[in-house]
Amino acid sequence: MVVDTVLWSRLVTGLTLSFHVIFATIGVAIPLMIVLAEWVGIRKKDHHYTLMAKRWTRGFIISVAVGVVTGTAISLQLALVWPNFMQLAGNVIALPLFMEVFAFFFEAIFLGIYLYTWDRFRNPYLHWLLTIPVVLGAAMSAFFITSVNGFMNQPQGFVLEGGHFSAVQPLQAMFNDATPSKIFHILTSAYMTGAALLAAIAAFSILRKGATDYAKKGLKLMMGVLLVFSFLTAVAGDTSAKFLAEHQPEKLAAAEWHFETEKGADLIFLGWLNAEREIIGALHIPNGLSFLAFSDFHAEVTGLNEFPADEQPSLIVHYLFDFMVSIGFILLGVSVLFFLLLWRKWNALHRWMLRIIVFGAPLAFLGVELGWFYAEMGRQPWMIRGYMRVEEAATTSPSIVILFFLFLLLYIVLGTLCVIVLRRLFRNNPAEAELEKAAKAKQEALEKEGDLA
Amino acid sequence: MSYEIVGISVLWIFLYGYLIIASIDFGAGFFAFYARLTGKDHLINRLISRYLSPVWEITNVFFVFFFIGLMGFFPDTAHYYGSALLVPGSIAIILLAIRGSFYAFENYGSKKNIVFLFLYGATGLLIPASLSVALVLSEGGFIIEHNGIVSLEYLKLLTSPLAWSIVALALTSVLFISASFLSFYASRADDQPALELLRSYALFWSTPTIIAAFTAFLYLSQHNERHFQNMMGLWWLLGLSIVFFLIVLWLLYKGRHYGWAFICLMMQFLCAFFAYGIGHYPYILDPYITIQGGATQEAMGIALIAAFIGGLLLLVPSLALVFRLFLFDADYVKGKK
Repeated sequence: MVVDTVLWSRLVTGLTLSFHVIFATIGVAIPLMIVLAEWVGIRKKDHHYTLMAKRWTRGFIISVAVGVVTGTAISLQLALVWPNFMQLAGNVIALPLFMEVFAFFFEAIFLGIYLYTWDRFRNPYLHWLLTIPVVLGAAMSAFFITSVNGFMNQPQGFVLEGGHFSAVQPLQAMFNDATPSKIFHILTSAYMTGAALLAAIAAFSILRKGATDYAKKGLKLMMGVLLVFSFLTAVAGDTSAKFLAEHQPEKLAAAEWHFETEKGADLIFLGWLNAEREIIGALHIPNGLSFLAFSDFHAEVTGLNEFPADEQPSLIVHYLFDFMVSIGFILLGVSVLFFLLLWRKWNALHRWMLRIIVFGAPLAFLGVELGWFYAEMGRQPWMIRGYMRVEEAATTSPSIVILFFLFLLLYIVLGTLCVIVLRRLFRNNPAEAELEKAAKAKQEALEKEGDLA
Repeated sequence: MSYEIVGISVLWIFLYGYLIIASIDFGAGFFAFYARLTGKDHLINRLISRYLSPVWEITNVFFVFFFIGLMGFFPDTAHYYGSALLVPGSIAIILLAIRGSFYAFENYGSKKNIVFLFLYGATGLLIPASLSVALVLSEGGFIIEHNGIVSLEYLKLLTSPLAWSIVALALTSVLFISASFLSFYASRADDQPALELLRSYALFWSTPTIIAAFTAFLYLSQHNERHFQNMMGLWWLLGLSIVFFLIVLWLLYKGRHYGWAFICLMMQFLCAFFAYGIGHYPYILDPYITIQGGATQEAMGIALIAAFIGGLLLLVPSLALVFRLFLFDADYVKGKK
C-alpha cells in the first residue's frame, strides 16, 4: 500500500494548528483583558478588578505554556513536514518568522516580570505598565505570523527564476496585499473570542453560585469588550471579503458557490449541491454577494468557473464560511441583547441570558477554527498561491503516519492535563475565598500598625 | 565581513547562549528530581524553582530563535535537516512539549506531583541528548541525498562512537554547568546547606565533562579529519578552555568566588564551542551545505541582520531588567520578595 504522504502531512499540520490556535487566540487576547481589569482596578481603587487581573493571569500562564510548546512544535514542523516549502519560501518570508520570535521573546520576558512583581512596586501603575509590552508582544507575534500566512495567499516581493526566488524584497513580501485585512480580522476576532471566554466563565459562576459582585463586574466588563470587538470583527470580515473579491476571487467564489461570473450576484446561505453542481435549498439574498464584495449591488463578481478545475478549492468551504459568519453575528447579537437588557433595566442576569453567554465561548472558538479551516482549505491546491502546490512542498517520508498519531496522543494528553490543572487551580480557590483572605490580611496589617502606634 | 558570515556568527553566539541557559534549566530539572529521590529536596528545590520560574520561557525562545534564524539565513538547512530529521525532530518536539507544559502545570498548578517532576527531570536529560545529535549529523556521513531524496542513516548513527561520545559530552556538560550556576545562585542567596550540596554536584560532574570532551575530540579525528585539523589549528582556544576549566575547578574546590567560577565556566565553554564552530567552517552540513553556497539572498540576509539588531536593542534592556529583578536582587534571591 502506498502511503499518501501529502494527505498525512496536511493532517499532521492541520492537527497541530487546530490545537495551537486555541491557545494562540487565548495568548493574544487575554493580556488585553488583564490590562483592562488591572487598570480599572487601579482607577476605581476596586480590589475586585485587581483580583480579577491576578486570577486571569494565573489561568493565562497555564495556557501560555501549552501555547509556547505547540508554537515550538508548529515552527519545527514547518521544516520537518514541509521541507521544500521552507527551502523555497524561506528566502522570501524568513524575516517575519524571525521577528515573530523576537516579539514572543519580548512578551515572555515581560510576562515573567509581571507575574512575579505584583507587590514589588510602590506605584501600582508601574506594575500595570508591564502589561503593555505583553499585549504588544502578543499582538506583534500575531502580526508577523499572519503576514507569513498572507504571503502564502498573496506571494509578492520576488521574481521566479529557474525554480528559485530571486530579486527578493523582504518588506514587500511581508506587507503583501493579504496582510492588512488578515491581521485586522485575526486580532479583532481573537479579542472577541477572549472576551467571550472570560464572560462565559463569569456567567457560569453566576449560574452556579449566584450573582456575586466579583462575577457581575467581570461579566459586565467582558460583555463590553465583546460588544466592541464582535462589531469590529464584523467590519474586519467585510474587509476580508472585499479583499478576496479583488485579489483572490476563487477563494470567495468557492465559499459562496458562485460559479459563473455575473453582475448582481446573489449571496447564498447554506443549501447543498446536486450532481450537476446546482444549488438546492439555499437561502438567496438577491445581489448580496455583489454588495459584500464591492459595496455595489450591481458589481461583477468573478465566478469559480474562470479557474481551471485543478486549481479550485474544495466546495465544502461554503459551510465553513457560512458557519463562521453566523457565529460572528450571533456573538454580536448576544452582546447587544445583554446591553439592551441592562439599558432598559430588565434582568440582564436572566438564567437564559447567562446560558447563552456561557454557550458563546465554545461558539467563539469554533468560529476561530472554522475561519482558519476556511483560510487554509480555501487556498488549496496551493501552498504558495500560483507558485507551489501542496504536494510539491510535503515530506516524502512515510513515517508521517505514525507521527500523526503520536502528536494526536500528545495533544490529547496536554489538553486534558491543561483542563485538569486549571480546574484544580480555581475550583479549590474561589474568588470569594481569596477576597476574604485578602481582607483578613489587610485587617491584621492594620491592627499591627495600630499596635505599633 | 559578508552578511552570511555575520549571520552564522550571530546564530552561533545564540546557540552558545542557549547552551548555557538551557543547560542550567535542564540540569536543574534533573537535580530537582534527584534531590527528591534522595530526600534532599527540602534543601534545594525552593531555590531552583525561584530561579527557574521567571526564566523558563525565555530559555525555550532561545532555541526557537536559533533554528528559525538558521532556516532564515540558510534555507537549504530546512530541506536537508528537515527531511532527514522528521522522526528524531518530532520526538524532540514532543519531549520539549512535555517538559515545558509539565513544568507550568507543576509550578503554577496548585498541587505538587511526583510524576510531573519525574518527567521534568527525565526530559532534562533526554532533550540535550537528542539535540546534540544535530551536531553529530553536521559532521557528515549520516545524512545522505540520493536521487533528490534526503534520508538519515539510522544504523550508522546509532553505532557511531562519535555520536555517543557527543551525547555523553552534552549530558555531563549540562549537569556541570547547571550545578555550577546553582552553586553561585545558592551563594548569593546565602543558603549554606543548598550551597554545599550543589557544590558537591558541580565538583562531581567536572571530571566526567572533561573526559567526555577529550573522547569526543578523539573520535572526531577519526570521523572528520578536516574538522579535527582545523580545530588543532585553533590549539590556543582549546588551551584557553582548559585553563579556564582548571580555574573553575580550583575555585569550586576552595569554595569561594562562585560568581567568578561561573564566569570562568562560561569562558571555558565559549572557547571550546567557538573552536568547534570555527573549525566547522565552511560547512553547515558536510558536504551538502556550505555557508556561502547555502546562504539566503543578500537582501534577505541584510534584512535579517537589521531585524536582529533592532530586536537586540529591544531585548537587551528587557533582559537586563529581568536579571536586576530576579538574579541580582539579593532580597528576591533570598526569598524575601
